[in-house]
Amino acid sequence: MEKAHTIFASLDNFQKGSVQPINDDPRNYAFSNIFEVASKAEPYEKIAVGKNIKYVLEAIRADGTSPWFTASHDEAALVMDGEVEIRLVKLDETIVSDQHEGTTMLEGKPNGKRMGEIVARRGHMALLPKGAAYQFHAAKPGVILLQTIKGDLTVERWKDICQK
Amino acid sequence: MAPASANQFGYHDFTLGDFSFRRDEYFAHLKWPGGSHIAPVDKFLKALMRDVAWNFFYGIVNFDEVFGTLNHYGNVDVFAGLYNAGYRAQKKEFLQNFPSDEVRELFSAMLDDWTNEGFDPFAAPTETGSAFGPKRGNNTVAVTRARVTAKRMAGLKDDTPLRSDADGHLVNRHFADVDQTEPKVHAEPGFEGEVHAFNFFAYLSRSDVTWNPSITSVVKDSLACPTTEEFILPIIHGNDRVEWFVQLSDEITWDVSDRDTGAPRARITMKAGDVAAMPADIRHQGFSPKRSMLLVWENADEKLPELYASGKLKPNPVDF
Repeated sequence: MEKAHTIFASLDNFQKGSVQPINDDPRNYAFSNIFEVASKAEPYEKIAVGKNIKYVLEAIRADGTSPWFTASHDEAALVMDGEVEIRLVKLDETIVSDQHEGTTMLEGKPNGKRMGEIVARRGHMALLPKGAAYQFHAAKPGVILLQTIKGDLTVERWKDICQK
Repeated sequence: MAPASANQFGYHDFTLGDFSFRRDEYFAHLKWPGGSHIAPVDKFLKALMRDVAWNFFYGIVNFDEVFGTLNHYGNVDVFAGLYNAGYRAQKKEFLQNFPSDEVRELFSAMLDDWTNEGFDPFAAPTETGSAFGPKRGNNTVAVTRARVTAKRMAGLKDDTPLRSDADGHLVNRHFADVDQTEPKVHAEPGFEGEVHAFNFFAYLSRSDVTWNPSITSVVKDSLACPTTEEFILPIIHGNDRVEWFVQLSDEITWDVSDRDTGAPRARITMKAGDVAAMPADIRHQGFSPKRSMLLVWENADEKLPELYASGKLKPNPVDF
């Protein structure tokens, strides 16, 4: 029987594919690599690697302890590398209106009831529920892919990250 | 014993408007006023399976270079040669529009009748029996699988369940090395329904189908639709909006062509961690030498097809 060998990538070990144009501009495909983007990012910088009108997929370098964040809608965090602790607090009051989309950074520690914690490793997906505040902590550098909406903290640097 | 109305191979003929469909031991035969087409029946059934299960998906499902469907979300164009430059040049294309329910009902019946025992149109070629030969039994269980569509996130209470040995979702042979450990989740009393995480890669490793994006997490109209891929995408998907691919493991090569003419535009090799957009004016087909994990990311905003078709939105997602 064949031995399974699934190839995942990491900050320390990734290989990029490419767009081979036949009759097109590679920029139409906004081709990038999550690990390459995260390897050059500041901790918890939220860099868009996918954008579909107002929605984004953000590559985040998890490294150390993040500020506290919240959003008026659910977000989904997929850990692509490393181990990330996610701390969740139910906010006492609404800080972000429903009309304000994307991730909002909070000043200091939020007021609210502790909801719980998640320790997620590569391949684990966590819900960042609407109305909660959350904080990431990673003892070693890791990578998160965040499904969210473009917001104040979203960084777009397509020219730097995509194949041209 | 074949029903009285079945042909000599045991299969029924079907008609949809002016289209007729007949199968023999090896082929699906299609006819319409002024034209006909023949397709290997295994290939045809794999495409038919996706079209039915996806409810005609987003945009165009090309079964091959000639036949397919265009989704108008409530009604469907069934076409021959519509997206084939040669047919169009000679004005040989043909299309008819039907209510979606009518097409889905006919296609579902044809899929069930033409699928033999042991053949699973969703399975990888080395994991299924043959589609060929005279009629023998059926595989109704396989061809009536419901597409997984999470409302918020897989594994939450009252949402689509996770997969396990117990419910028959065994780890696929190509993913036997994928870590099955679940994340550590501690919820304070009262927050059990909101503090949630699951092993997304393990969930995918237990998928029993290929080339079948399933909704796993939802942020308003943003749908994460992961899928496991092996061999060839059995349809050529023509976009009516931008969609994105994130290669989670292994490698897929995509052939990308002009949506309307089929003229080649690019070939894209995606390795683990790569991200690429599929513009709104292309068609694409993927090739995965080994079972791989792909995140298909969709925007389900129902206004998008019209905005792209009218030119109000550019077909590429970002400018730089």
